[in-house]
Amino acid sequence: MSWLAHLLRRDLRLALRQGMDSLMVVAFFVIAVVLFPFGVGPGVNTLARIAAGVIWVAALLASMLALERLFQADYEDGSLELLALAPVPLELITLAKVAAHWLTTGLPLIAAAPLLALVLFLPTEGLWMLVAALALGTPTLSLVGAVGAALVLGSRRGGVLLSLLVLPLYIPVLIFGVGAVNQVMLGESAQPHLMILGGFLLGALALCPWASAAALRQALE
Amino acid sequence: MSVFAGSHLTCIRGERAVFAALDFAVDAGGALVLVGPNGSGKSSLLRLMAGLLRPAAGLLTWNGDTLDDEPDVHRGRLHYVGHLDAVKPVLTVLENVAFWAGLRGQRDADGAARQALDAFGVGRLADVPARFLSAGQKRRVTLARIAAAPAPLWLLDEPTTALDAAAVGLLRDAIARHRAGGGLVVVSTHAELGLDDAATLSLDDFAAGGAR
Repeated sequence: MSWLAHLLRRDLRLALRQGMDSLMVVAFFVIAVVLFPFGVGPGVNTLARIAAGVIWVAALLASMLALERLFQADYEDGSLELLALAPVPLELITLAKVAAHWLTTGLPLIAAAPLLALVLFLPTEGLWMLVAALALGTPTLSLVGAVGAALVLGSRRGGVLLSLLVLPLYIPVLIFGVGAVNQVMLGESAQPHLMILGGFLLGALALCPWASAAALRQALE
Repeated sequence: MSVFAGSHLTCIRGERAVFAALDFAVDAGGALVLVGPNGSGKSSLLRLMAGLLRPAAGLLTWNGDTLDDEPDVHRGRLHYVGHLDAVKPVLTVLENVAFWAGLRGQRDADGAARQALDAFGVGRLADVPARFLSAGQKRRVTLARIAAAPAPLWLLDEPTTALDAAAVGLLRDAIARHRAGGGLVVVSTHAELGLDDAATLSLDDFAAGGAR
């Protein structure tokens, strides 16, 4: 399994040296959320009610931003070909790349979320549930997104196509992610929602690496 | 019996048959040079040998076993050099080469990478970020990549692109060392590489339908 760490280290190193991608994702996330108090007015009750939904939708869109680059750079410079020829299953290589993608884009989003929740006057109990739901939901987004990113590889205007492909698949995560926060705010247990989010994650973990690898092989033909 | 062989290979790219009923065989320590005009299918044949493409018909075998049975094993025994250099501009030269060596299970990846870089005359660039390299230097780094981790089969697609005469000589030496150890080389080239007792395969002889 040492090569898994090896691959992860390389992708993290690339992301850190280039730096801009993660920073842009978080900056987009913050700006998109901060627009809402200007748009709907500074009323505390209104903002608190829509906070979870706004933050989740902004997180979905932000995580889409870096998705296009997930395989594109490796595809263009020939690295992807060599990765596909490595004596390691392409499925696991995909998984390592998705993990690196989540660590460099998903994790910063989760870190920024509490601050934005405060901006939107989300009560404390909702805030922690939001962080928990994002922690369970964003890896699913990265996994599902990787399938889309692999499918649009080599096509012109892949970015737009990618959002059309992937955003509809994000809807279940959005529903249950926002649902978990709303449940807590109503004083109910959010456990069922979290368990469903966990189920999505396990399902995506089992299916998406295979689908992505198949799409990558197709792109390399 | 030949170690690496193909029989009756047919390759179809975008509805057009590139070549048909192609046979080849390479022995241990052998070299096969692919020649033919642009578009005659040299690259396609190499990608087919690497397993990046599937033949429309025909069979590839290694020591008599079909490759389809164990694609993972085949990937482990080959090095492929394509048109692209796969050199990451933000990583240093050493990091680039050591990554690929490590991915192929080379224990001391850094040491092997340094040695390979020296062999291709770019050892002193080891700690330079790859974005400062010229096209020829990048090509040398790519060739150092395949020298850094052992694999019995080298598939080289136009390896001499952008190389100067000195580097072509280094490549010739590396191929000779590889073959002396029982390694196989299949190389497509327009330039004369001057490999000792290499077999030549002219792709033109297998052009599908003969029309070109």
